[in-house]
Amino acid sequence: MELAERALVAKARSGNAEAFHALVDRHSRGLFRLAFRMTGNQPDAEDVVQESFLRAYRQLHKFDERASFGTWLYRIAVNCALDLVRSRKRRGEQQPVEESADDPVRSAPSREPAPDRLAMSGQLRERVAEAMNELSAAERAAFVLRHFDGMRIEEVSRVLGCQPGAAKHSIFRAVQKLRRALEPMVGTAR
Amino acid sequence: MNHPTEEQLILHYYSEAEGRFQLEQHLSGCDTCRTVYESVQRTLDGMDALSVPDPEPGYEARLWARLEPVLPTRHRFFFAPAWRWAAVSAAFASLLMVAFLAGRYSRPAPAPVALSAQPREQALQIAIGDHLERSQVMLTELANASAAGPLDISFEQERAADLLDENRLYRQSASSAGDTIVAGVLDDLERILLEIEHAPARISPADLDELRLRLRAEGILFKLRVLDSNGQNQTEPNRKPL
Repeated sequence: MELAERALVAKARSGNAEAFHALVDRHSRGLFRLAFRMTGNQPDAEDVVQESFLRAYRQLHKFDERASFGTWLYRIAVNCALDLVRSRKRRGEQQPVEESADDPVRSAPSREPAPDRLAMSGQLRERVAEAMNELSAAERAAFVLRHFDGMRIEEVSRVLGCQPGAAKHSIFRAVQKLRRALEPMVGTAR
Repeated sequence: MNHPTEEQLILHYYSEAEGRFQLEQHLSGCDTCRTVYESVQRTLDGMDALSVPDPEPGYEARLWARLEPVLPTRHRFFFAPAWRWAAVSAAFASLLMVAFLAGRYSRPAPAPVALSAQPREQALQIAIGDHLERSQVMLTELANASAAGPLDISFEQERAADLLDENRLYRQSASSAGDTIVAGVLDDLERILLEIEHAPARISPADLDELRLRLRAEGILFKLRVLDSNGQNQTEPNRKPL
């Protein structure tokens, strides 16, 4: 943990709300991206971020200062997101998929006819979102952390609070499921 | 080198495979493995279609505006655990005293008091409903876990610890509100959560079976489900409690 962050955490622990404010500013966007990929839509992602900071604030006294604050915060956010995703699945609700204006597939320059490409990228995006919904909560969490957040497996296991072997297997299962679901589409897309 | 497994190819994609050089050499000479690797590559590259919108400018300020009002009130409570119960007891004692004096020296409370108490009660019911649901999910997962060898439950223990903090508050609130049924179930839940929190991080299949039996004998999951569905019937779900 870098020195400035360590100092902020120490101040926040002793009750300095401004220090906690600075930590919120530092980590909120990263947490939002993680939450969005876990939940699939903006309102839920914002709820997860809000709930995560609240839980973090309540539990600051339990935080081990030798550990990374970011990893600890990610762990809380993953738990919040998992709670939300699982309760949705339990209630049989569909995970809402949101249209994104800055879709890189849509905005990338292309030599193919635009309508075809748009249709294909829209379908791919939809299929990717569906395939993500097919993953179990643990698979989804492990995959998001490894693939989108670029964490090494060792770090993924620290965030998820499991053994590296378990994190690795969740990632393998996730990739296998995604491959089965997406191969027909990405195989013909080139 | 033998043909790499799909797992090794996935690790190779993420640059986490051992023997990277040998793997690359193998892939350049083996059509079958290269085909599988290219499929893994296409799939994982295709995942980038799932883009994330950037929150609009001022997101941090908006978030802080929602968070800040709740922090100072919880501040001392959460950072000084030794004083926690003393503070709660003192607060309850003062409330009781005020209630007693109000009853003794004034006329019966007019309608506005009843009106203001209702939303508070409803908010508490929603919060308890959410808590019951999260407890149910955690216990169900543990009850349904399958393990041939020792099972790592450190993740569940952490969640149990979070739930315990909330559970104590809700149990006290339910008791002081005279809701003995909810308080009783939360009391049962608290014992189970404590047991999970203090169990070893790796438990044997026999310990897991014992825990399952315990959950079944106490009927805790059933009680939580009934309580949760009763609560849901009384209140509409309402997120963003801040």
